Amino acid sequence: MDEGLRSELQKQGIFTTTLGEIYNWGRKNSVWPLNFGLACCAIEMIATTMARYDLARFGAEVFRPSPRQADLMIVAGTVTKKMAPQVVRLYNQMGEPKYVIAMGACAISGGPFKQGYNVLKGIDRYIPVDVHIPGCPPRPEALIHAFMTLQQKIAEQQLTGAQRPRHLRADAPSEFTVPEFGDHDLVPTKNPDVWQPQVLIRG
Amino acid sequence: METLDQIKSRLTHALLGARLEIVPNESPSSQRSLLVDSEHARAVAQWLRDDPELCLDYCSNVTGVDWLEAVGKTKIKKTVVVDGVEKELEETVDSLRSGYLEAVYHLFSMAKKHGPVILRLRTENRTDKNHLPSLTPVWHGCEFQEREIFDLYGVVFDGHPDLRRILMWDGFKDHPMRKDYVEPDDYEYEPTPHDAVLEKAKKHQAQEAKP
Repeated sequence: MDEGLRSELQKQGIFTTTLGEIYNWGRKNSVWPLNFGLACCAIEMIATTMARYDLARFGAEVFRPSPRQADLMIVAGTVTKKMAPQVVRLYNQMGEPKYVIAMGACAISGGPFKQGYNVLKGIDRYIPVDVHIPGCPPRPEALIHAFMTLQQKIAEQQLTGAQRPRHLRADAPSEFTVPEFGDHDLVPTKNPDVWQPQVLIRG
Repeated sequence: METLDQIKSRLTHALLGARLEIVPNESPSSQRSLLVDSEHARAVAQWLRDDPELCLDYCSNVTGVDWLEAVGKTKIKKTVVVDGVEKELEETVDSLRSGYLEAVYHLFSMAKKHGPVILRLRTENRTDKNHLPSLTPVWHGCEFQEREIFDLYGVVFDGHPDLRRILMWDGFKDHPMRKDYVEPDDYEYEPTPHDAVLEKAKKHQAQEAKP
C-alpha cells in the first residue's frame, strides 16, 4: 500500500495494515529466547534480562528452558568442539521459525581461543546465524542492539514470494547436520550449505 | 618449613631405596623440586602426607610437562698429554637426552600452613613407556588433574580410579599439549592473520591451489 495514502487515511481515523505486517509485528514483539549460556557472555545475557537493561521491554523476557518452546537461540559464549554437536542438536530441536544471535567474539569466530585445539571457529560453520555481535563480552546494550536488529529483520520478512523466509518454504531445511566426534577433529569440520569461507583479497 | 634438602635427607633415611634427586631451578622463583622414581612415588607421597612435621595434606595442582628429545651439553674434564706434559682440559660433549613426560605435583599443608613442596615424576619415554603411578589414592584432589594430564599429555596413571579423557571426547586420538601435536588444518578462513597464523594460512592456501 502506498505510504502517502495510508498516512492520509490514518489522519481520517482509518487504520490500514496488511496481514504480513500484523503477523510480523506480533512475532517480533514476542521472541522467546532459549535459556542457554556457554561462557562469560551468558553473564552479560543474564544482565540484559535483569532490571537495569530489561530485555522485557522488547517482549523477550521469557527465557524458555526447552528448545521446543523457544524461537531464538542466543549462542552466548565459547563453543568448544565438544559442545558444538549439542548446540546444533538444540537448534534442530527448536520449532520454526527460529533465529540465532551469535554473541561475542568466541561465538562468531573462536575469539581469543581461535587457534586453540578445542574451540570451534564460529558457530556459523554449522547453523545459520542471523545476527553476529562482536565484543568480549559484548555489553548488554550490544545484545539489545542485536535484538533490535533481529526484530527489524523479522519485520521485513515477506510472507509470500521467492524472498519468503525458511519456515514458510517446504523445500528449505529446518534441521542441519550435527557434527560427529572424529579422531582428530569434528566431522565434518563445517556445513558447506551454511558456511563457505569468504574470498579474501589481500593487497 | 624444612628445606628441600632436609626433606630429602629425612626421606632417604625413612624410605630406603627411594631414588630422589633435587631438580634445580635457575629462574628468579628458584623453586626447586624433588624428582622421585616411579617405584617409590606412592610411598614417598604417603610419607610426605603423613609425616607429622610436614603434614602435606593438600595437593593444590598437578600439571604435565612434555620434554622432547634434546641435545644436552655436559662438561667433562680430561687429562691429555701434550708434549710430554700432562694437562687437564675441559671438554664439552654433546649427549642426546631422550624425551620424557613429567607430572608435577604442588603440595601444601593446610594444617601447618606451609608449602609448597614440588614433586616430579618422570616417564621413561614419550611413546610406549608412558606410565606413572597415580597419586590419587594419596590425595583425592588429584583425580581430575591426573585425568587432564592423561588427556592432554598421554601419561597413563596406574592405580587411578577412573582414568578417562576429561576435556576432549573419548574417541579423540591426539594429545594436544604435547609439543609435537599436529593440529587439524582448518586455516581456510583467516581474515587477520599474522606471524604463525599467517604462515599456516599461506600453507593452507598453497595446498588448496594444488589440483
